[in-house]
Amino acid sequence: MLLLAPCAAASAQDRGIPAEDIKSGKAFVSRETQEQQDDLTDNPGMLWVERGGELWKEPAGPEGKSCASCHGAPESMKGVAPRYPLVDEKLGRLVNLETRIQACVAQHQQALVPPYESQELLALTSLVAHQSRGLPMSVKIDGSAAPFFAQGDKLFHEKQGHLDLSCAQCHVENWGKRLRTETLSQGYANGFPAYRLEWQTLGSSHRRLRACFQGVRAEPFAAGSPEFIALELYLAWRGQGLAIETPAVRR
Amino acid sequence: MALATRIVAPKTAKKGDVVEIKTLINHVMETGFRRDNMGRAVPRDIITKMRCTYAGEEVFAMDMFTGIAANPFVVFTTVATETGTLVFEWTDMKGEVTRAEATLTVT
Amino acid sequence: MKDRTRFRPISRRTAIAGGLALAVLPAATQTVLADADDLAAAMTEALGRDYKLNEGRVKVRVPELAENGNVVPLRIQVESPMTSADHVKTIFVFSEKNPIANVARFHLGPRAGQARVQTNIRLAATQHITVVARMSGGELWSTTAKVIVTQGACIDDT
Repeated sequence: MLLLAPCAAASAQDRGIPAEDIKSGKAFVSRETQEQQDDLTDNPGMLWVERGGELWKEPAGPEGKSCASCHGAPESMKGVAPRYPLVDEKLGRLVNLETRIQACVAQHQQALVPPYESQELLALTSLVAHQSRGLPMSVKIDGSAAPFFAQGDKLFHEKQGHLDLSCAQCHVENWGKRLRTETLSQGYANGFPAYRLEWQTLGSSHRRLRACFQGVRAEPFAAGSPEFIALELYLAWRGQGLAIETPAVRR
Repeated sequence: MALATRIVAPKTAKKGDVVEIKTLINHVMETGFRRDNMGRAVPRDIITKMRCTYAGEEVFAMDMFTGIAANPFVVFTTVATETGTLVFEWTDMKGEVTRAEATLTVT
Repeated sequence: MKDRTRFRPISRRTAIAGGLALAVLPAATQTVLADADDLAAAMTEALGRDYKLNEGRVKVRVPELAENGNVVPLRIQVESPMTSADHVKTIFVFSEKNPIANVARFHLGPRAGQARVQTNIRLAATQHITVVARMSGGELWSTTAKVIVTQGACIDDT
């Protein structure tokens, strides 16, 4: 049990990749896919952002409040996404954008909470994150966030699944190398919710993490699980400084 | 059943201009060739036709088959002739129609 | 005490579903490929029995190597004055290897202004796509483009 991978003993402040080499997942897709992401008229993810814009104005719950009732225009959400995941002191736990929106709907609208990975939650999350497109990720990992950061750090470095691989082994030690015909990225989540060509639809970072876990044949955590949110915090810290790209287009 | 659609088209144009119209509709375009984990074929469900009328006259149509990617994205052009409504209609295999509109003001 | 977090095997159900991947392609990615006869039949049916193709006028922009066979951006432009007397009536897109050779048909006319269209197509495997433009006068102009399509690295069963 003491024979854990050496990576786990590395300093938590060491991202494992030199600052000048840090690259978004965008750098690992083809030029055509990058163009599809950059041109918002071509970007299929914008369908969800627009749908989110409609949902933003829809009254819900017994008092008929919409997101707009409290928050005004969606533009007021600019600057929000780069700080997530974060510890919501009132809720007393680490939340990501999705679970924060769910909590908002439950508490402030007293309406039916859209389930994780539902089209409604994807639309609202995409809308909110999109307002910060271009802004650098910047999460807090100290204070109340420290234990969650430690949990994410541990998950990132432990080997798991039938293939007995850790996230770090592919995305820190072997990024840029080929896995069959694909080039390994550094594994950030700065473009989520993202339109993934493999899914032929838009999906959350947790869906992507589940796919990753399946890739090494490990039992994935559930979407919305505290483990994945902790891992998301760790990934956000690893990618600090990278611009939010929501909605990104990925392979 | 109303599906989410997205139309990107200019709101105004000069008479005679060629305007570019981008359309997107949220649809799975299930080919009918995929099988689930139990080996059962997932039934085909695709949009088969898309058309655009401009002030009542058809200016563009497209037949889609299983080889069109999910969330069909189609870009085409039309000449700005008069102020009018662009009406987009997508019809699926069952005959269900989804409609979207955009207004073009021509000066 | 065994450290359960070190090795967390997938559930039996997931193993059965995904375990086949070791030996054969997982069910979700099995592809049904057509052959040359299907393409010939589709083109004859669409273009007429004794169709004659002229090379040229049709420009196709498609990636040489597809990011993912599920979504391949395709841009087509046909040289034509697009007048009532001389315009592109129909643009056909055919696939060589997809299970259904017909991919799309665009119906244009003089109101289009330009014979320029774009869409995203699915390609089942590395293959040629053939694009044919039928003019108002009946002539057919065409071009073909090759696209390399590769298999992804990891199974995604989400």
